[in-house]
Amino acid sequence: MISRNPQLNRAGELQHLLTTEGLPVAILLDILDTAESFVGVTERDVKKIPLLRGKSVFNLFFEPSTRTRTTFEIAAKRLSADVHNLNIAVSAQSKGETLLDTVNNLSAMYADMFVVRHLQSGAAHLIAHHVQSDIHVINAGDGRHAHPTQALLDMFTIRRYKRDFQNLRVAIVGDILHSRVARSEIHALTTLGVPEVRVIAPKTLLPAKVERLGVHVYYDMVKGLKDVDVVMMLRLQNERMQSANLPSSEEYFKNYGLTQEKLSLAKPDAIVMHPGPLNRGVEIDSAVADGKQSVILPQVTYGIAVRMAVMSILAGN
Amino acid sequence: MRIHIKNGHVVDPVNGIDAVNDIFIAAGRILAIGDAPDGFHAARVIDAQSLVVCPGLVDLSVRLREPGLEYMATLESEMAAAVAGGVTSLACLPDTDPPLDEPGLVEMLKYRAKSLNLAHVYPIGALTQGLRGERLTEMAELSDAGCIGFGQSNVPLTNLRITMQAMRYAATFGFSVWLCPQEASLANDGVAHDGEIAARLGLPTIPVCAETVALSNIILLARETGVRLHLCRLSSMEGVGMVRDARQQGLSITCDVAINHLHLSEMDIGFFDSNCHLMPPLRALSDRDALRSGLQDDAIDAVCSDHAPVDEDAKLLPFGQAEVGATGVELLLPLTLKWGMEMRVPLIKRLAKITAIPARILGIDAGHLSLGATADLCIFDPEHYWRVAPSALKSQGKNTPYLGMELPGKVKFTLVNGDIVYEDQID
Repeated sequence: MISRNPQLNRAGELQHLLTTEGLPVAILLDILDTAESFVGVTERDVKKIPLLRGKSVFNLFFEPSTRTRTTFEIAAKRLSADVHNLNIAVSAQSKGETLLDTVNNLSAMYADMFVVRHLQSGAAHLIAHHVQSDIHVINAGDGRHAHPTQALLDMFTIRRYKRDFQNLRVAIVGDILHSRVARSEIHALTTLGVPEVRVIAPKTLLPAKVERLGVHVYYDMVKGLKDVDVVMMLRLQNERMQSANLPSSEEYFKNYGLTQEKLSLAKPDAIVMHPGPLNRGVEIDSAVADGKQSVILPQVTYGIAVRMAVMSILAGN
Repeated sequence: MRIHIKNGHVVDPVNGIDAVNDIFIAAGRILAIGDAPDGFHAARVIDAQSLVVCPGLVDLSVRLREPGLEYMATLESEMAAAVAGGVTSLACLPDTDPPLDEPGLVEMLKYRAKSLNLAHVYPIGALTQGLRGERLTEMAELSDAGCIGFGQSNVPLTNLRITMQAMRYAATFGFSVWLCPQEASLANDGVAHDGEIAARLGLPTIPVCAETVALSNIILLARETGVRLHLCRLSSMEGVGMVRDARQQGLSITCDVAINHLHLSEMDIGFFDSNCHLMPPLRALSDRDALRSGLQDDAIDAVCSDHAPVDEDAKLLPFGQAEVGATGVELLLPLTLKWGMEMRVPLIKRLAKITAIPARILGIDAGHLSLGATADLCIFDPEHYWRVAPSALKSQGKNTPYLGMELPGKVKFTLVNGDIVYEDQID
């Protein structure tokens, strides 16, 4: 039986970052506040600080990724860590080595931190459960389950533009069913006290019992976007058309794509977010993605500061 | 060996015995209950004071992993586990490697099992060749070799015409067909119930309709073909309701539930506990409660262990990739007792669910203590709570969601054919 919250150590401090679910508000705010102090660093000429000097960070990507892996790499390097990138999709796993074998081998090389992406939900939990107690695990995306640093950088972005979470109406639009980003965003938003979180999607892209996560469900984007402060768009994968989730990307865009016209239903100062990479003309119109309400590029910038914050907090615990 | 079991609380659902009594065994059979026959000299006297003496348990669903899957478990390890759990007769499933689809394989298995001289083994033969759902097996030949019914284990049939023909052919000879209702195209690549936990953990799901749609088809085809149908391992409230309705309409079918689904729900998956990766999946609490009361009101006939020993490495994987199943043959008695205690079911009825009723479903002469019957017995201490731990399990598989829990009912002696095949070490 695995019962204790596996992210916290016995003192209640952050030991691993696996999901935003079940994290105390104080820890979430600490990460956001710490990230705030690093935003300045990323804007300096000399961008390095020595908080992780002498530490080894292993990027373990069992699933291809460029953007997330790169931002983690930049974040670790700005903290002066030694970074090792392993693209496991094309190495050990294809030779039959199990996930835990790979992790054990790297632990023997004196790793201090693992940044893990895997296509199976629960992979990061499994690793965290089996590493030595002085190693920290950061989940960089596991299956459909969680992508906590993405959610945290989204929270950081929201706070920068909206100041606090207590009076917000937030809509998450798109493929909730398959999205680890959506799950992590929902838990982060509800924990931080956002009073109304909406999800907007066709029934084929919503999990059963999604309302039990504390969200209001809308099938109609026109109703769902009314008076919201934040619109969080999700990426639509092409394979959804093959598996009978949707008939076509054209019909999807017509009903669930974000256009300027639909955005006008939200509050005039609403911000538009997207975890990237964008499918222009599928889930979002270019005019909106590049428009004045879009904060998509700042999200990417803040991603580095937030990941620095997570790494430095973990290294200190 | 002549054995005298003294002062035990004898419980025999078939003969309605539920009282402290003595049992006398000779030549592998039950010679007398009550007073000693004239001139009876016991070679061994078992003091059963404060112990329950009941028919040996009958388990409807055990994987022995032979042939072919010895890295998970062996006949030796699992037969030892069975008698340590008080199980003296068991139906083993055909999902071996190769599957039990040829008479030679079945004969070899029966022979090997018999030479161990532990529990009686009743193989369920493969319904289709290689369990592939395409061609029928030689059921008559397999029956001659020792198969007591035909099924697919957890491998779904995907073609309804094949299902109907298999039932029709089995019905020709009066063979029973054992099916676990799950529609493959709805289960798809799912690994968990389509509920709140899967929504949180982002696990691919198996909706309840995967069970009900399959049940609907299977029940209609059983009615059409007149086959003797046994439904294995129901998982949902709706499923229990459909079986109840079908029976009220006069269809003669039987069904079972696994020990795991009587006590656990999707909640027990916690943070991706791969020991809870089971098939069918653990469902909502309301489903679990419906299974518990369905067993009580006899909509569900029997309890089985759904024993599936798995090697440790195969469980040390992300939830969805971890091998399916839990070891269970040693937990059949404790978990059935626990269900009965929680539901206030009399002991005699609890034991019927794992002795007389499964024996009747298998069509074997077992599960009772009639005079002259084969002396297959289980003697256990109902008050003895024990902690489920790897070291406490004889099975080679230590994979169970119950690790760390205290469960009631410790088997002290198991007798098969009048021989003591298991005796608990005094601790």
